[in-house]
Amino acid sequence: MSTGVSYNDQGGAEAAVEAGQESTPTSSSTGAAFGLFSADFKKNEDLKEMLESNKESLKLEAMKRIVGLIAKGKSASELFPAVVKNVASKNIELKKLVYVYLVRYAEKQQDLALLSISTFQRALKDPNQFIRASALRVLSSIRVPIIVPIMMLAIKEAAADLSPYVRKTSAHAIQKLYSLDPDQKEQLIEVIEKLLKDKSTLVAGSVVMAFEEVCPDRIDLIHKNYRKLCNLLVDVEEWGQVVIISMLTRYARTQFTSPWTEGAEFDENKAFYDSDSEEKKDQTEAKPYIMDPDHRLLLRNTKPLLQSRNTAVVMAVAQLYWHLAPKHEVSIVTKSLVRLLRSHREVQYIVLQNIATMSIQRKGMFEPFIKSFYVRSTDATHIKTLKLEILTNLANEANISTILREFQTYVKSQDKAFAAATIQAIGRCATNISEVTDTCLNGLVLLLSNRDETVVAESIVVIKKLLQTQPTQHGDIIKHMAKLFDNVTVPMARASILWLMGEYCEKVPKIAPDVLRKMAKTFTAEEDIVKLQTVNLAAKLYLTNSKQTKLLTQYILNLGKYDQNYDIRDRTRFIRQLIVPNEKSGALSKYARRILLAPKPAPGLESAFKDRDRYQLGTLSHSLNLKATGYQELPDWPAVAPDQSVRNVEIVEPCPCVCTESGSESEEESSEDSEKTSSDSGKSSSGSEKSSSESESDQKKKKKTKKAPQKKSKPAGDRYTEIPAVCHNLKHCLFPQNDSKKPTFRTSGISLFYMSFQVTTSSFGPLKTYELLHHMTGKGLSAKYHFPRQPCLYQPSMVAVQVILTNSSDHALEEIHIGDQSPASLNIHCFNTIGEFDFSKYSTVGHHKPSKYTKEDQFSVSIQPAVGELLMASTMTEQDFCKEQGKLQGMNEASATITMATANASRQAINKQVLSVANVGEVPSSQNNFSRFAGQTVSSRALVLVSLELSESSGALLTINTEKSVMASMLLQDLKQALAQA
Amino acid sequence: MIHSLFLINASGDIFLEKHWKSVVSRSVCDYFFEAQERATEPENVPPVIPTPHHYLISVLRHHIYFVAVIQSEVPPLFVIEFLHRVVDTFQDYFGVCTEAAIKDNVVVVYELLEEMLDNGFPLATESNILKELIKPPTILRTMVNTITGSTNVGEQLPTGQLSVVPWRRTGVKYTNNEAYFDVVEEIDAIIDKSGSTITAEIQGVIDACVKLTGMPDLTLSFMNPRLLDDVSFHPCVRFKRWEAERILSFIPPDGNFRLLSYHVSSQNLVAIPVYVKHNITFREGSSQGRFDLTLGPKQTMGKAVESVLVSSQLPRGVLNANLNPSQGTYTFDPVTKLLTWDVGKINPQKLPSLKGTMSLQAGASKPDENPTINIQFKIQQMAISGLKVNRLDMYGEKYKPFKGIKYMTKAGKFQICPYNTPFTGFSLTVLTNQIHVFR
Repeated sequence: MSTGVSYNDQGGAEAAVEAGQESTPTSSSTGAAFGLFSADFKKNEDLKEMLESNKESLKLEAMKRIVGLIAKGKSASELFPAVVKNVASKNIELKKLVYVYLVRYAEKQQDLALLSISTFQRALKDPNQFIRASALRVLSSIRVPIIVPIMMLAIKEAAADLSPYVRKTSAHAIQKLYSLDPDQKEQLIEVIEKLLKDKSTLVAGSVVMAFEEVCPDRIDLIHKNYRKLCNLLVDVEEWGQVVIISMLTRYARTQFTSPWTEGAEFDENKAFYDSDSEEKKDQTEAKPYIMDPDHRLLLRNTKPLLQSRNTAVVMAVAQLYWHLAPKHEVSIVTKSLVRLLRSHREVQYIVLQNIATMSIQRKGMFEPFIKSFYVRSTDATHIKTLKLEILTNLANEANISTILREFQTYVKSQDKAFAAATIQAIGRCATNISEVTDTCLNGLVLLLSNRDETVVAESIVVIKKLLQTQPTQHGDIIKHMAKLFDNVTVPMARASILWLMGEYCEKVPKIAPDVLRKMAKTFTAEEDIVKLQTVNLAAKLYLTNSKQTKLLTQYILNLGKYDQNYDIRDRTRFIRQLIVPNEKSGALSKYARRILLAPKPAPGLESAFKDRDRYQLGTLSHSLNLKATGYQELPDWPAVAPDQSVRNVEIVEPCPCVCTESGSESEEESSEDSEKTSSDSGKSSSGSEKSSSESESDQKKKKKTKKAPQKKSKPAGDRYTEIPAVCHNLKHCLFPQNDSKKPTFRTSGISLFYMSFQVTTSSFGPLKTYELLHHMTGKGLSAKYHFPRQPCLYQPSMVAVQVILTNSSDHALEEIHIGDQSPASLNIHCFNTIGEFDFSKYSTVGHHKPSKYTKEDQFSVSIQPAVGELLMASTMTEQDFCKEQGKLQGMNEASATITMATANASRQAINKQVLSVANVGEVPSSQNNFSRFAGQTVSSRALVLVSLELSESSGALLTINTEKSVMASMLLQDLKQALAQA
Repeated sequence: MIHSLFLINASGDIFLEKHWKSVVSRSVCDYFFEAQERATEPENVPPVIPTPHHYLISVLRHHIYFVAVIQSEVPPLFVIEFLHRVVDTFQDYFGVCTEAAIKDNVVVVYELLEEMLDNGFPLATESNILKELIKPPTILRTMVNTITGSTNVGEQLPTGQLSVVPWRRTGVKYTNNEAYFDVVEEIDAIIDKSGSTITAEIQGVIDACVKLTGMPDLTLSFMNPRLLDDVSFHPCVRFKRWEAERILSFIPPDGNFRLLSYHVSSQNLVAIPVYVKHNITFREGSSQGRFDLTLGPKQTMGKAVESVLVSSQLPRGVLNANLNPSQGTYTFDPVTKLLTWDVGKINPQKLPSLKGTMSLQAGASKPDENPTINIQFKIQQMAISGLKVNRLDMYGEKYKPFKGIKYMTKAGKFQICPYNTPFTGFSLTVLTNQIHVFR
């Protein structure tokens, strides 16, 4: 920080600053402990002075230098009291630096840190979401156990915040609190459960991270959110994707059956999993394996992420496919993995490790890309070794000649460690592919005359292993190696030669004793491993050729007896007892020959990555080949899939109160409300909270379905067989409430259904039903529709329309369905054909705008939605309202003075009138003469703000703020009319 | 996830530390230093190092080790990718990512790291958002700040994080609206001595510099999208559209970004633009070696091959090289034994060559290997794969932007390997002969 210049014009503090400047370089440059204390002391004194001055810039400068100290790892903790005072500073940078300091040292100065808490608590209530978020961030980062309850409270509040950004921060805070105080686990799980239901892409990654840290075993929390997570995945930020994908991998392993069964044939019938029809699921029981649609959903939704620029995401998808996909689908990840090899060295390292593991099991996957694994001279050694590993794994009869040619170049590499690894690799190829064993062996023998020590040594070791596999015809090679023996100095290689001599001493009867003679001379100077093999050789020769070697052996055994290494002394003693007959020797010496000269199985030359597949790919544990702290075993597939329906609940999420059996209070609420006939449910927050969070998740869809109001289908009456499975869930949810009303089912049953749904909508005015088709024109079929003001089941950007069909004729109507739609741009989610429509049944279904019914007759009908029905209510505070309103001035404002009907003077009456026209939520108002309402357009989530200012007379000023100006004027018209009439 | 971060320079000093959770003592780096000592080259330090209580994941860039301390299981690539993102951000902010730059801007570095991670989990890594939060230091701003006492922390909190397009900042305004796209392709190839290709592949990227007002929605289409074998996108690109129509549709971030990287692999498609004739020989018993190298253009579609740089790691036994270039300059570093020859532009009429002798250590045996030759070059106005952008359209905004596209081909890892003997196996006769000699 060369900021000395800045203070030259700042008068008083100059001297102090200068002094501080002087001391900085001394302390930083020495880096040693000497003389540091005095410098530190002096400097900190003047820092303190600066912090306590009135000048903002001086304080900032001081903080910057303190941060510099922290960065260097020097202690600045004694400045705590001076720093903490500035926590409430107005200057954002100063504040941020104070936060940095606080988070670093609060742990050490707990009492003083408490001074800052109230500032954060205040900031947690700030109208600005970023300030709320950053306050929570710092508050939760202060590791002071005493404030755990405050943190808990703040987290709970933030988890229900309107801003997804604050909710994201709360998800992060959960992990921090958990690491500070694990006892809070239960409460935190509740918050996690709540946040998991969040539909914002911003929150998803963070909350799953919290889930993984706090309660990775509570897989049951995921069920209901599984499909949502799968669908949101593409839009989640990249880091969140990694976490979600690895969590879902584990989830899928517990919930679905293995797609790897022998002869498993996957049913590529797209319609099967695209449709909602769940009846077909029963087929899972049938013989051929059929993938669970949810399993397929996961695979399908992760696939595009292979194109991510983030290597961690690509790897996460690759491991997901490896662990979850049917075998024949795994290979789609190959190309992407190979692409990652273009990335940084460290990325290559990890990816190559994973490919190495994969290539052992599935050669075919990477074989077409074999050239991508050719070693370049510029690669780092560990990259080279990994590539070599993969090349060896991929070697087969067809490509071995090219691979060996590559290897030949590698052996000549200047990087000797790599050359040695190549020789090992050649050895492995030779054992694995019998066609080339001879070629390889010959090549390796040639390498014995290489000038490089390590190459020769490595060749000997490998040749030793190869000879063991087929010792018969290679007496020449052993002789050749014996001759090399004098020149070889690498212990491992010497030991290998000695072992070979001993093992095959009968093939080289003349040479072996001579080698032993040489060894006897140099025994004391050898490495331990060589000594051991010398003892071994001596013993073997003694048994086969005692005439020539008896004395030599005894000499060596004597040398070994007094060796410094106890291993060698032990071995010597053991050998002596075993082979030298004396009166004490037991039964064992009879078998000495069989013990020492038993035919030994050839060592398998295996890949170092052979057993790595016990770890999940892409994990730290896999990379290290040891179990890292916190590693979660990837569970095995269940033999029988757990109940699939646990995930279904999510589909009927639009009526959470009814569907979530777990929440006891919501159940109460819904049963209570269903008894009431009035629509007073302005308080339920769940619906509106979702509305704000949904906005992010639907960006993409929105583009396609601009302003496409919608429909949904709901069953009424008691027979549902033809209606899609989604409805079954509704039925189950609803039925209990119907039972008591059975007698009046026909007349009131239907409306009863509505009430149970209305519970979740945040505001609801009197229900207006419009005629769609009169029973006279419809030849007995009449249709009415209304807007239930529910979030649509199928797409949040659609508007639900409920159509009630009544058969008032005396005969059955069949095959009722929606015909051609016009205009084509309109997006209608049609209900399924109603097969038979008995005159005694009611059915309610939904659709939108022009539609026709066929079966000889076809009627053209049209639904005209009032502009107010294209909205959805949202809740906000008065402050937010005013702030938003401030943003939507000018062009976006429409206002009119209206004359109110006298009956509408009261606040309640106004509410009722406004709500009957538009689906908006009331904003609590502090002023009596102000009524405020807020809503959003369903299709594009544009805010619509309605405010009504009453004047003393019956006049009132009605203002509508929204960017959709057409909508504003239409709504203004409607409201004017409604309020003017009694 | 990420507990702490230590920055270590080439001489092994920890010059910056940052902790996101409780403080981890810097002595944890001792394990790293151990590994560093064991590694012969700086690049050979393993990226993942286990220690008794922590795991160290490091990346090496610009001669600085970025060492992240991890306490429990985490996908290593996650950390590596993040560390690289940190380096990219520093580079973006300070122009260079050197120890000096980091030390000079230690406060900005700290503020950045604070925003990039929360509790060890990445928070804001998008450069557009970060730049709104913390303004990059410029000379002008530093001057203004020192005089007025204002700060480089954005007063306005960024809205990008909440927007539909988190990578783009809001309220962008330009007087000149322009969008430039650079198609840059790199050829990676290994070519054997006779000039036949062992492997060759093309890696391409499209780097964009987009300075457009408002929220433009761009589509970029190619004449021959089928060439692209494997692609990876900036998060702004809509996957679905690409899959269905092979069109890049996106709302661009503001400023410079990498839109797309792709891969063209099919062996026969790759045209090799240069050839090398070389002859490097050492004779047994002589302390001289001969060096002869000639370069020439091959399939360049009439474009000039520029900025050619040849480098080769000569064998250790070589003491010095006395060479004569027909053009350009060469240097030989007697310590690292690295020979570099800056050729410049290849003139097809007068091919550049480098000839001369190398002196070997007296008494040393003949080096048993020939050096590999690495070549760098550039060819302007051509994408070697033949990829062509068809058109760029803008929706969502009214104005007419200026659009530009540039093509360039570069050598990536372009190696000429010194052998062309196919591996036919070692003949047994040779072997038996040798054995006879031994007898």
